[in-house]
Amino acid sequence: MTDRYSRQILFSAIGEAGQKRIKASKVVLVGCGALGTVSSEMLTRAGIGKLTLIDRDFVEESNLQRQSLFTEKDAHQGLPKAAVAERKLRAINSDVEVEGVIEDVTWENIDRLCRDSDLIVDGTDNFETRFLINDFAVKKEVPWIYGACVGSYGVAFAFQANRSACLQCLFEQPTDVGTTETCDTAGILAPIVHVIAAFQVAQSLKLLVGEYPPQEILQIDVWTGTWQTITAEKARNQQCRCCGKHQFHFLEGQEHKRLTRLCGRNAVQISPPRPTRSDFQKISKRLDKSAQIDLNEYLLKIRVDGYEIVLFTDGRSIIRGTDDFTEARALYAKYIGN
Amino acid sequence: MAEKTEIIVNGKQTQVLTTWTVDDLILDLELEGRQVAVELNGQIISRDRWSDQTLGSGDRIEIVHFVGGGEEEKCLMI
Repeated sequence: MTDRYSRQILFSAIGEAGQKRIKASKVVLVGCGALGTVSSEMLTRAGIGKLTLIDRDFVEESNLQRQSLFTEKDAHQGLPKAAVAERKLRAINSDVEVEGVIEDVTWENIDRLCRDSDLIVDGTDNFETRFLINDFAVKKEVPWIYGACVGSYGVAFAFQANRSACLQCLFEQPTDVGTTETCDTAGILAPIVHVIAAFQVAQSLKLLVGEYPPQEILQIDVWTGTWQTITAEKARNQQCRCCGKHQFHFLEGQEHKRLTRLCGRNAVQISPPRPTRSDFQKISKRLDKSAQIDLNEYLLKIRVDGYEIVLFTDGRSIIRGTDDFTEARALYAKYIGN
Repeated sequence: MAEKTEIIVNGKQTQVLTTWTVDDLILDLELEGRQVAVELNGQIISRDRWSDQTLGSGDRIEIVHFVGGGEEEKCLMI
């Protein structure tokens, strides 16, 4: 299919040379939800060399309104997003090496997962992971493209390691989302997701062909039809703990939390203290009489006492039906063990 | 009684007191503790300068709220 990228090559800023660079590139996408499904499809169609997409979650019905790669069948089967996306993207473009990874990106695995990347695209939903990505990106001098949406509003910025301000120049630490009354569900519209993902992918392609994106932070509201950019050109802080002093606290695990509230979903994620593998067969056999068990090759779902415990092969679990850490920990201990 | 003056916040005329700092404006907009970046007349003001930086007539302020994403956070639009 020699014609495949012809329209993109006709775009003069890319051309034949740019397409070759795109083809040779390796991109890591962290989080394959709303933004991630949209940006991964565009990156795959654009013909990058390798796409690694990492996601910790599984497909649910409430995702379908905006998470463009997923279908009803995926939601009914409760399949992991990374596995479904990998399959769909390979069918879209077999030129691209697509690898789906069902893990939560943490300080312990980020080097293994992102080591060879030319670029990291942010599809996460929390700041703890973004500060971790920022540490990694500054240390390894890899650009990363922040993007996030809530309601009809979205923000995006291309962080260019050691060239632009880094996330920590702008904010010293993550706000503790989920611990305050601010954790209301504001909902989210599909159109803002596509706008922000489009910006992220455009800036990604620009970086991949060797150009620098503008140091402008974009904020846009598709409902009110208003947008602004503010310049981050002089926002680099020489005293910044991360890009100024090279102290990578997130990368060293100093800020890592084992329990995360998946706010708006009435759920808590529990990560094991060290990487481990859950023995699905053993656990399902033990709980067979007392709980409703669903097992597939990626995850084990246990429904018991009005709660749902989802275990992943990497040892993580998501406890649904509570947002209380103590209760989640007790449920985990009761049904899975310590 | 402090005098009032007009500044422009994200394109909108806004009345503030002449004694106000960036910190006061952020408090008034109920954005304290949020991940917000503040640009004053074309330049980002770092967080540690918010309490010293007073606002003057005609100042142009742009505030960007870095949201977490998904369904998880109530966004305070300004």
